[in-house]
Formats: sequence, C-alpha cells, structure tokens
Amino acid sequence: MNRFVLPLIIFFVLIIFLGVGLKLKPREVPSPLVGKMAPTFHLAQLHDASKTITPEELRGKVWLLNVWASWCVTCRQEHPLLVEMSRRNIVPIVGLNYKDKREDGVDWLQKLGNPYVLSAYDHEGTAGIDWGVYGVPETFVIDKAGIIRHKVIGAITPDVIQDKLIPLIKELNGA
Amino acid sequence: MIPEIGHFSLILALVMALALGVLPITGSLNGNAQLMALARPVARGLFLFVATAFGCLAYSFIVNDFSVLYVASHSNSLLPVHYRFAAVWGGHEGSLLLWVLMLTLWMFAVTIFSKRLPEEIVARVLGVMGLISVGFLAFTLFTSNPFERLLPAAVDGRDLNPLLQDPAMVIHPPMLYMGYVGLSVAFAFAIAALIGGRLDAAWARWSRPWTTIAWVFLTVGIMLGSWWAYYELGWGGWWFWDPVENASFMPWLVATALIHSLAVTEKRGAFKNWTVLLAIIAFSLSLLGTFLVRSGVLTSVHSFATDPARGVFILGFLGIVIGGSLALFAWRAPKVGLGSGFDVISRESMLLVNNVLLVAAAGAVFIGTLYPLFLDALDMGKISVGPPYFDAVFAPIMALAVFMMGVGPRARWKQASLAEMTKRLLPWLVASVVLAVGVTFLFGHWTAPVVGGVTLGLWALLSSLAYLVARVRDSAGVGVWTKLRTTPRATYGMLLAHAGIGIFVLGVTLVKGFESTSEVRMRMGDTTTLDGYAFRFLGVQQIQGPNYNSSSATLEITRDGAKIATLHPAKRIYTAQNMPMTESDIYSGVFRDLYIALGDRVSIDEWIVRIQHKPMVNWIWGGCVFIALGGLLAVSDRRYRLAITPPAQH
Repeated sequence: MNRFVLPLIIFFVLIIFLGVGLKLKPREVPSPLVGKMAPTFHLAQLHDASKTITPEELRGKVWLLNVWASWCVTCRQEHPLLVEMSRRNIVPIVGLNYKDKREDGVDWLQKLGNPYVLSAYDHEGTAGIDWGVYGVPETFVIDKAGIIRHKVIGAITPDVIQDKLIPLIKELNGA
Repeated sequence: MIPEIGHFSLILALVMALALGVLPITGSLNGNAQLMALARPVARGLFLFVATAFGCLAYSFIVNDFSVLYVASHSNSLLPVHYRFAAVWGGHEGSLLLWVLMLTLWMFAVTIFSKRLPEEIVARVLGVMGLISVGFLAFTLFTSNPFERLLPAAVDGRDLNPLLQDPAMVIHPPMLYMGYVGLSVAFAFAIAALIGGRLDAAWARWSRPWTTIAWVFLTVGIMLGSWWAYYELGWGGWWFWDPVENASFMPWLVATALIHSLAVTEKRGAFKNWTVLLAIIAFSLSLLGTFLVRSGVLTSVHSFATDPARGVFILGFLGIVIGGSLALFAWRAPKVGLGSGFDVISRESMLLVNNVLLVAAAGAVFIGTLYPLFLDALDMGKISVGPPYFDAVFAPIMALAVFMMGVGPRARWKQASLAEMTKRLLPWLVASVVLAVGVTFLFGHWTAPVVGGVTLGLWALLSSLAYLVARVRDSAGVGVWTKLRTTPRATYGMLLAHAGIGIFVLGVTLVKGFESTSEVRMRMGDTTTLDGYAFRFLGVQQIQGPNYNSSSATLEITRDGAKIATLHPAKRIYTAQNMPMTESDIYSGVFRDLYIALGDRVSIDEWIVRIQHKPMVNWIWGGCVFIALGGLLAVSDRRYRLAITPPAQH
C-alpha cells in the first residue's frame, strides 16, 4: 500500500457519498438539542441596539426561533412563508439575525416584510453556537416550558408547515 | 433538415472520438506507427464534425426554427440576432455542445502546435482528449440532445433568460469553457506522461504554455462573470461565493498552483508526482464544476430526481475519468524519482508553501461549496454556507499567499539565505506599510483590516518592482537598458501577474472599506447627496425595447455645482416571460464608480433609487486584466518556441 493511492481513496469516498446521496433518502438526523432546555442568550435587538432580548421573555408561550441572514439565498426562499405564517397568527416567531450586517438585516425586513415579533442580532454568532446552528436558515420550535421540541434544518416548505409545524404547535398549545 | 444534419454530425463525431480514444493509444503501446499517425487527422475530423453540429444549432437559432425544442425554450422571434446566436449556449444542452466544441478546438490546436513532439506523446495526448470527448458526446447525445424536435412546432419561443441578454454574457461562457477545457490539455499531457512513465523536464516544458493559456482564459472568464454580476444583477456586488462562481474558482486556484509547480518540475526536476496530481485535480475540478453547474445539482439537488439518467451518467463519467486517472497515478507514481533535494529556505520550498496555500484555499472553497450539497443529498435540508464562512477561511490563507508571492521569487533555487533576503526586502516591506497607512489616512477613517489589505496590495506591487530593481543593480557592467531588454518575457509575465494581484487586492480592500450606499425615495426634482456627489432625479420615461418595455429614469450627477454625468437606470419587463429586470447605470472611472439602480415605484410619481459610491472598484477587474496579460506575456517567451524540440531526438 503506497501513499499515492490516497487521492484515489479520497475520491472514491466522495463518489460513494454522492452516489448514496442520489439513491437513498435517509431519515432526518435529530438534533441533540431537541428535548432539552433552550439555551439562553442576551442579545441586542436588530432594530435597536440599546434594547436586549432573551428567550425568558417568551416563557409560557409556544414560539419559533428562526435563524436567518440577509446573505442567505435559501432564507429568501422561505421568507414569504414566514410572512404568511405571521399574517395568519399561527405562532409568534422570533428572528435571530445571524452573522449579518445590522443595516443589511434591517433593510431586508423593510423590503421583504417583517414576520418577527422580535428580532435578535447575533453578529458574532455566539448564540448560534449555543443553539447548535451550523448553517442558515434553521428554525426551532420551543414549548411553553422553554424546551426545544423540533428543529427544521434548511428552508421551511409549505409541507413542513402543514404536516409538521402546525400540528406540533397545536399539540403544544394544548388545543 | 438542418437540425438533422447537426444531429448526424454529432453521431459521426462520437464514432470518430471512439476511434481517436482507442486506436492511437493502442498504437503507441505496440509501437505501431500507422495507428499513431491516425491521431492528428482523426482529431481534426472530430473538430470539423462537432463544429458542423454547432453551426447547425446556431443556424436553427438564427432562423428561429421553433420546431427544435431547445430553440423554442431558449429563444424568441423578437430577440435581437446577436443574442439569438448567444442563446445557443443559454441552456444546458447547448452549453454542453459548446463545451465539446471547445474541447475539439483545443485538440485541433494540439495537432497544429505539436510538430516537434514525439509521435507517441501526440498519439497519447490526443487519445486521452478523444476519450474525454467520447464521454461528453455520449452525454450530449443520450441525455441532453439539443436537436430534439418539437412537434407541432411552437408558434414562438419562450425567450432567452433576460439575465443572459447582455454583451458580457455572450463572451463569458466561451471564455470560461476555453479555460475549463484547456486544462484538459495539461491533464492529457500528464496522463500521457504517466502511461509512458516519462515524467521529466521536457514533459513539464511542453505542458507549461498550454496550462498557462488555459489559465489565462479561465482568469478572463471568471473576471467577465464577476463584472457581469456587478452591473447586471443590480446589487453592486462583484463576488457572491455562489456555487456557480466557486465551481470556476476552484480549478483556477489549482491551475495557479499547477503553473508554479510546473516551473519547479521544469527547472529542478522536483515535485514531479505532485505536479501530475495537480494536473489531474485541476481538470477533475473543471469536470466536477461543469457538471455540478450544468446539471443544476448545486442550485437544486432535485434536478437529479427529475432526470435520474443525467445524474447517474454524470457520476459514472466522473468516476471513470477521475477514478481512472487517479488509479493510473497510484500505479505509476511510486516509480517516479524524487528529483533533486533542496533546503528549507529555497525557491523550491517557497513554491511548495505557495502550492500548499493555494490548494488549501481550493479545499476550503470545495468544502464550503459541497457541504450544502451533501446535506441536501442526504435530505437533511437546504443550507446556505454564505460569505461569512468564505471570508473567514479564505482571506487569511490568501493574505499569507500574497505575502509569500513577494518573497518567493527572490529566493535562489536549492538554497537561499534568509538573512540576505531579509536585508533586501525589509525596506520594501516597511515602505508598503508606511504607504498603506498614508493611503488609508487619505481616504479618511482607517481600520486594521483596511490597512492590512492595502499593505498587502502595495507589497505585491512594490516587491515586483524590487525584483526588477535588484536584477538591474546586480548586473554590474551591463547597461540598465540592455539588462531590461535581456530579461526574459516569462519574468516580465510573472512580475506583471503578481502586480495584477496587488492591484486586485487594493481594489477589493478599498471598495470593501470605503464604499457607501444610500437608498432613497425620489420624486421628480428631488436631490440627494452621497459622499459629496449630488444626484438630481429628473423623472421616468417609458421606452419600448425590441423584446421588453422599459421604465427609464434620468438622474443628473453634480459635484460642487458642476455637472459630471447623466445616468439612466431602468426597470425592464421582458414581455415573453413577463420577467422584470433591473438595469443599473454606472458612471465609471479609474478611482470610483457611481452606481445607480432603480428600485420599485412606491407611488404614482415616486420611486426608490439605490445609489452606491464604490471607490476603486474597477481595480478589481483591472488587476485581473494584468494577471491575464502576465500569463500571455509568459507564454510568448522565446524559450517555449525553442524548447519544443525534444532533448533527445534521433
């Protein structure tokens, strides 16, 4: 076995991975945070740096935390759905603006509509690390006791809202 | 009839490609001169048939033959004729055909500029390229045939994507593909060398001009793409770390490493295996990039699901080409010697660091680009890995690479003295820092990243100058002019390209540090100011274009009361697809751009206007032009013309 085989091996791992990705549809991998207390944070608000926001303010409510950024193309896809959800008053949505420029974030909400009851500004991505965010967008469902019940990785789709989020929110609200 | 001729030509081309891929290589292994002699004529025939097919498709576009499905979905009778021609590569099928055309064009070039190469090398190089074209022709014919008929014919076409109706878009894909596909020549030389087991200085010397020319095309292609994104997308950004951009950037980074590594292999006989591996990787990334972009895998993995045949074909082809060449590498590389040794401080070690940095940068881009794809392929959701990741990883690596760029050329081969280099370079480094502080001071406020970036940019410029100064000073007894004139063009090419990097870095740093944006609502007669410029809104006019309706605004720009320009940013609605487009207008200059985009209409006579002041933005593309010119200058060096003669010819 010589070291010159290494590139070939690496390449075949890549190919196998791609091939498996093509053929199979593996189940969702659950986040380790689901079922645990939501990590706390103290962050400045997006629109007003002098005000802060923490998850404790929402204790007693079922709410969503949506992690987004103005540089994120996928966020642009899901944004209209969030606006629609907020218009229908399904659940309060808190926005976590992630590693973004403040003015870009504000600008985005002004242009595309603001679905958030509150917007936190996480410029350094510190809260994101606590919440196990490894890309944007991600959306968490948090129950009345402050426990994370579900995590959506990537863009929310109409199916996800209908089949997963709305039933779960109803259940958590005890309806 | 014409589309059928095109289709038939493509089938004939596939047959010829098969012949080219099998016969000459077999001949080279058995020493059969007749089979080897087939390589040139078959390669030229292949080019002729692919060109015929391409011509037939172009003809169908120009005469608006909407009975061809591909024409109907990418053109329109109202589309101006030059865009109808460019629409040939406006979609997946035509892009592939363009790719194959470029590939055969490179093969044609090899048949012409290989007069003094040994026959078996020509046979193998053309054979390998023939095999690659087999894959692409089969892919085109079996899964993406551009000549498919639409019966009954469409009354009119769906029109070309308005984003692509632009002069830069007409030349951007051909340039980029010339670069992508040009790397196949270096790849074919590498494979030919591996087959023959002959990895020597001659091989490196043959590969160098081809690699450099391909790299020049790639540079220009990427630059045009960036420039196009800047003025056409209407955001004023010039690089988005978009998967499509990354797909072209990764081969560029590796090809840059390859150019430097080839220099070591030619001059010192070292890095042979590494150079071969780089040649394979550079072309593999071109293939991967083309396919990822063309199959739409990256923008949406679901295109695999809609056409599984394409996805499987792609994967199979990648597996055979890349896997096959890496297997050949694993088999042959151990027999290749290591070449001469070198010291920790030497030109070789500097170039090694350069290679490691460039490959690491390509690796970082690779991971950032494919990570969302893997996640999506595994059905774990859609994720954007955005600029924060790329900026954080890429900037430090490249900063180091740019710094080394100033040091490396000053080191001697085999063994260099750190003390002597420090003595010679330190004054220039200090000058860069002092000047950088001065320049940023001139711009007003200054921050550490800006000073750092400007220092690096100046360092790249000044260290290139220092190289020339030292060269002249070290040659006692010879006149300055004589010394400058006898300096090889390859050296000037290198210095020019390095200076281009400096210009590029300056542009990027200053535009990032000092650009400003203002978004305002404006009525007729309103005036707004930005960075000392006054913008007066003179209203909006309706204009009828050939295949669009336009709302064109007029803004007058003044500075200190003196009028400097009138701009017409517009919003267009392309009628065929009812698609809105923002057409920004730019007052462009060497030291700044004033960039105006017309936003939405908010009330009957009020519009949102987005104004941007971008200092030094054109230095970004200007730097790229210098880089490309440097490459051209290096290729024109006379030693390549002389050195084509193989060392031992009987």
